[in-house]
Amino acid sequence: MIRGLLWILAAILLGGIVHLSTVLAMPQAAKQDAYSRLTPLTPVNAMISLAAPTSGAELMPFVDPAFAAAVCRYDLTGGPLKLVAPVSQAYTSVTFYTRNSVAYYAINDRAAGRRTIELDLMTAAQHAQVPEDEEVTAADRLIIESPTSMGLIVVRALAPEPGLMPMARQALAAATCRIQLAQ
Amino acid sequence: MRLLFGSCFTLLIAAALGLGATWFTLTRGVAFGALTVGAWTAWPKSGSADIDPYARAMIARTGELPTGMGDGIAFYAHTDNLGNVFDGRCTFSISGMTPAARYWTVTLYTPEGRLVANTIDRHGFTSEEIVRDSDGRFTITVAPLARPGNWLPTGGIEQFVLVWRLYDSAIGVASRTAKEGPMPAIDRRGC
Repeated sequence: MIRGLLWILAAILLGGIVHLSTVLAMPQAAKQDAYSRLTPLTPVNAMISLAAPTSGAELMPFVDPAFAAAVCRYDLTGGPLKLVAPVSQAYTSVTFYTRNSVAYYAINDRAAGRRTIELDLMTAAQHAQVPEDEEVTAADRLIIESPTSMGLIVVRALAPEPGLMPMARQALAAATCRIQLAQ
Repeated sequence: MRLLFGSCFTLLIAAALGLGATWFTLTRGVAFGALTVGAWTAWPKSGSADIDPYARAMIARTGELPTGMGDGIAFYAHTDNLGNVFDGRCTFSISGMTPAARYWTVTLYTPEGRLVANTIDRHGFTSEEIVRDSDGRFTITVAPLARPGNWLPTGGIEQFVLVWRLYDSAIGVASRTAKEGPMPAIDRRGC
């Protein structure tokens, strides 16, 4: 009797370990995450506009159809990245995702406070190499640290009404992201 | 012999229990730090680096890109205020007030997050295009057939999900109490 209970207890404990490890392994094992879906459509370290989501042809689930979106799939192994995104008339935001779709940083046009959103993206190691005086002279330079060397930057521009979608798309067409070569 | 049988039994139960629990939590959408206002629930931490392992596993599986915390917050509703599950063959009305935000959008999806095809190509409303009455209030009618005013077509699908997104809003960033709001009320009008 006691022996049977022990077996069941062991089964529950082991089941808990299986559960936790599968949950933790899921981000690495997932084949259909956002990064994988965007990989065939996007070049590395270049900004590209995404097609508007239509019924039956959505790239990803739960995309807000009121927004035009552009994606930069980045790889920082070649050096830090510079992102420039002009602000559209209504509302523009930039969201940074890791390789596993964790939104580690997001900023909107008002928080950026200028006509264009300009950001430098680098890994912690690259940030450590930035000379200190350079950081001081460029006090308004916004540096974002990426926890992973690969990931996604998504720039979104709101079309407050469907007729303004072309304007939102036009604003995004001018957005760029490129690797900064060492001076 | 008994030892072998016992360990096989244990391993089998463990695998079934563990995988079953994982499947259950990932398909049902279990995440921590939920912020519920009326029929609406948001997970503010899912848009930040503090995202919990369950939400991480879920977005990796679905392929979703969550709304970042510095961008906005997304509230999901699967039922009306009384707990009636959204049925695309019924009529629901959304009315009332929204929390302070620079812009908001409301969108209708299938439970998998796809848009629903309809004749007028409408999948939602933004705060700018919605028709309001003289005191600034609005009513959105979610129905399978055309309605006057703000009609959000359901396409007659069996089940749908509404997502209310607040952009450039302090909700979910400044505080995490359930006293936030008010969020619009959802009522079933008929089937």
